[in-house]
Amino acid sequence: MTRMEKSANFSRRALLRTGGALVVSIGAPMSFDFARADDAAMSAAVKPALTPDQLSSYIAVNADGTISAFFGKMDMGQGLFVAVGQIVAEELDVPFDRVNVFMGDTATSVNQGGASGSTGLQEGGKQMRVAAAEARRVLVAMAADKLGVPAEQLSVNGGVVQSNTEMAKSVSYADLIGGRYFNVHLDWNGKFGNPLYAPGKAQPKDPRTHTIVGQPLKRQDVAPKVFAQQDFCTDIKVPGMVHGRMIRPAIAGAVPVKVDDSAIKDIPSARVVWNQGFLGVVADKEWDAIKASQQLKVEWSEAKPPFPNQTALYDHIRNAPVRKRQVEGKEAGNIEDAFKTAARVIQAEYEWPYQSHASMGPACSVVEIKDGHVTCWSGTQKSHFVRAGIAAILQMPEDNVHVIWTPGPGSYGRNDADDAAMDAAVLAKAIGKPVRVQYMRNQGTGWDPKGPASVHQVRAALDASGNVIAYDFLSKAFSRVDVDTNGSKPYDTLAGQLLGADLKSGDGFGIPAESYAFANKRTAWEVIPPLLDRGSPLRTSHLRDPVGPQIHFASESFMDEVAAAMNMDAVEFRLRYVKDPRDIAVIRAAAQKAAWQTRPSPRKDQTGDKVSGRGIAYAQRNGTRVAMIAEVDIDRRSGKIWVRKFTVAHDCGQIINPDGLRMTIEGNVVQGISRTLWEEVKFDNKNVTSVDWLSYPILDITETPEQIDVVLINHPEIAPSGAGEPSSRPVAAAIANAVFDATGVRIRRVPFAPDYVKAALS
Amino acid sequence: MSEKFSLTVNGSVHSVTADPDTPLLYVLRDDLGLNNPHFGCGLAQCGACTVHLDGQPIRSCITPISTIGDGKITTLAALGTPEKPHPLQTAYIEEQVPQCGYCINGWLMTAATFLRDNKKPTDAQIKDALSGLKCRCGTHVAILRAVKRAAAMMG
Repeated sequence: MTRMEKSANFSRRALLRTGGALVVSIGAPMSFDFARADDAAMSAAVKPALTPDQLSSYIAVNADGTISAFFGKMDMGQGLFVAVGQIVAEELDVPFDRVNVFMGDTATSVNQGGASGSTGLQEGGKQMRVAAAEARRVLVAMAADKLGVPAEQLSVNGGVVQSNTEMAKSVSYADLIGGRYFNVHLDWNGKFGNPLYAPGKAQPKDPRTHTIVGQPLKRQDVAPKVFAQQDFCTDIKVPGMVHGRMIRPAIAGAVPVKVDDSAIKDIPSARVVWNQGFLGVVADKEWDAIKASQQLKVEWSEAKPPFPNQTALYDHIRNAPVRKRQVEGKEAGNIEDAFKTAARVIQAEYEWPYQSHASMGPACSVVEIKDGHVTCWSGTQKSHFVRAGIAAILQMPEDNVHVIWTPGPGSYGRNDADDAAMDAAVLAKAIGKPVRVQYMRNQGTGWDPKGPASVHQVRAALDASGNVIAYDFLSKAFSRVDVDTNGSKPYDTLAGQLLGADLKSGDGFGIPAESYAFANKRTAWEVIPPLLDRGSPLRTSHLRDPVGPQIHFASESFMDEVAAAMNMDAVEFRLRYVKDPRDIAVIRAAAQKAAWQTRPSPRKDQTGDKVSGRGIAYAQRNGTRVAMIAEVDIDRRSGKIWVRKFTVAHDCGQIINPDGLRMTIEGNVVQGISRTLWEEVKFDNKNVTSVDWLSYPILDITETPEQIDVVLINHPEIAPSGAGEPSSRPVAAAIANAVFDATGVRIRRVPFAPDYVKAALS
Repeated sequence: MSEKFSLTVNGSVHSVTADPDTPLLYVLRDDLGLNNPHFGCGLAQCGACTVHLDGQPIRSCITPISTIGDGKITTLAALGTPEKPHPLQTAYIEEQVPQCGYCINGWLMTAATFLRDNKKPTDAQIKDALSGLKCRCGTHVAILRAVKRAAAMMG
């Protein structure tokens, strides 16, 4: 059963159960005399409009006493819905297992920004918390009226409102409103997406009283997954559906000029859909669609190979014109003057390659267009934005487009999911049948939006006593938003670009997030134009912790370089300059857990080919702090690095679910090791040549750390910040610093593949 | 040209009409409605499509249906049930292994035959047996915990 069906069944059941008279809310303030009318108006038989200022847009109490929470974000596999369910259950005083969280369906949720920037709890959970608190307040007010007991004398236990003094006086949530809808106005801030916030009159609970929040509750979706009962978006089938496959050029930027379908005449039902640069095939059977996409004879336009050779990538970045420069953060002192007075200057340059989402499966989407209405099933991180994109590319009103988020084959940002949804929409419209598109592996890896390649130039000025008096950090890179983080605009999708949309490449990068207090400090970025402006397999966008791994590989490697130059211990160096107390706490916690021995790097006590080392790195991310220590073994002969152990100290404010958090951190660390040791999108001057798992290798299970220790620092008094990405960012630097500790050799370019490391060590 | 094939899948015999070169994966998914296995690469590089053929793991994405013959196919759906789970399924739930979960078919089906044939395996043996399978979410550490837990359950 799909989530859509569950959701729709719920709606149908709710409709059948209701049917009472329409109750119209009166917007004017109520006097005491009208309290009863007010309570009645707090619920309605017909669901109010799905707008952010309605409580019913977030919370419903069903006739059976279960709670439905409608969430405008979605889970990418870290168990976000468990944490959201805990928050809702906590505020409503109902058992956790009575709450069902419905995610990312544009027909049942408002646009809370989708999966975005680790804000599932930071922003999404915050909204669900105030909505659930308001629901409880309203339900207690309704109970007060019904029981004739003042609200202050009522308490809620397991979804039953009860008089504190007369035990007989009680009423359940289900009896109060079950099956009807809240008709309660919230104080919406007028914003959509991540910043959407719409509190009611209720104050959420004091975190010290939490009993459900903070518990290590398990995910309900694991059993369905291991028993093969869970549908992914790849599994959606609708009547009359055909299979589509897209055809991409061998030379990036080329467009079809002649398409000869005689080569696919023997394939039953195969049809070509060709419009400008957009070229796809459909067939009734999936294998037929695949064969047709391979057999179709296409003549492509003469395209000049658009890319430099891979070996020239970083020179290209260094020499490219700057499209936008931005100094971010607080610029302290006067950098240039400080460097003039320096007794010693340390500088280094770091390089990070293009990386691919390389999701476990290539993206898939199903689109059905029926009676002027579009239904799209997608694993996108941002269904509400995909809805806008489909409406735009099909030139239909947004109200006629319904996007049903269905778990996809892995997602770590703006991967290929939004492109697949748009391709499916264009194909479905062209052939008048529902179409399921799944990309092939070479497209999933070769043609997804890439994490941007970058060069980072860093320098520090030391005075005669060895104090850091100035710090200057500059990234020069491809933009993090050459195509935007969502598919709401056709020009940000392959289909839109191939159909001729006016381009609008965005500018954005970032700066290190830390609290090093140097008297003179400047952190800046420069963005360069894309290598190919339209339909590029190297278009760049958000890949997990967008630009965080790049930037902090450079900044935290550099801090180690400065510490080593000063013959200082790397932890001691950080504690000397880092000023934020929570930052200091995570650094200390990681060092303590890993039994860090205070000494400068590199080690000088090792001989032979097998050497070991340890390295630390730390970073902030939107309120979260993380410090991590890598312990590595290196075979100098082969250049092979094994990250034997990782120790992570993590502070994201209040912890909602410690087990979910721990697993999220483990995933970040392992994926981060993979990105550091192996991942680099290869290309030649014509196209991307990383097209499968051989040409885009990731970490193998034989290379997995034997131990990942996680120290969770809980701050119930601080609202939760994100955890989906922060522990991705210091991984590369921690490993680089450990490699330096072991070998005395500084690796300044990712990935640390064996050949590269071997050459660096010799 | 399409031909008729008789396939024994999860104990039932099915008749399907397909081109002989059609990979088993598409027949299982599209003709028989078995949503596991998954398409990951179509190149036998990731394992997401793994099924058992006569008790041995194969990559169904590159196995033409014409080569199956009388072989008996088992998919994840028949490895165990909520009422009678395979130890690996129990362990996966206990350890809360998957994140996106798209890859787990390959790990479970590969580990199932390995643990059947190798009692009390060492950590290195487990890693070697699972080498080559892909997980993009980085759940490797949890996978190893679960497989070791299942190995202990299977004695």
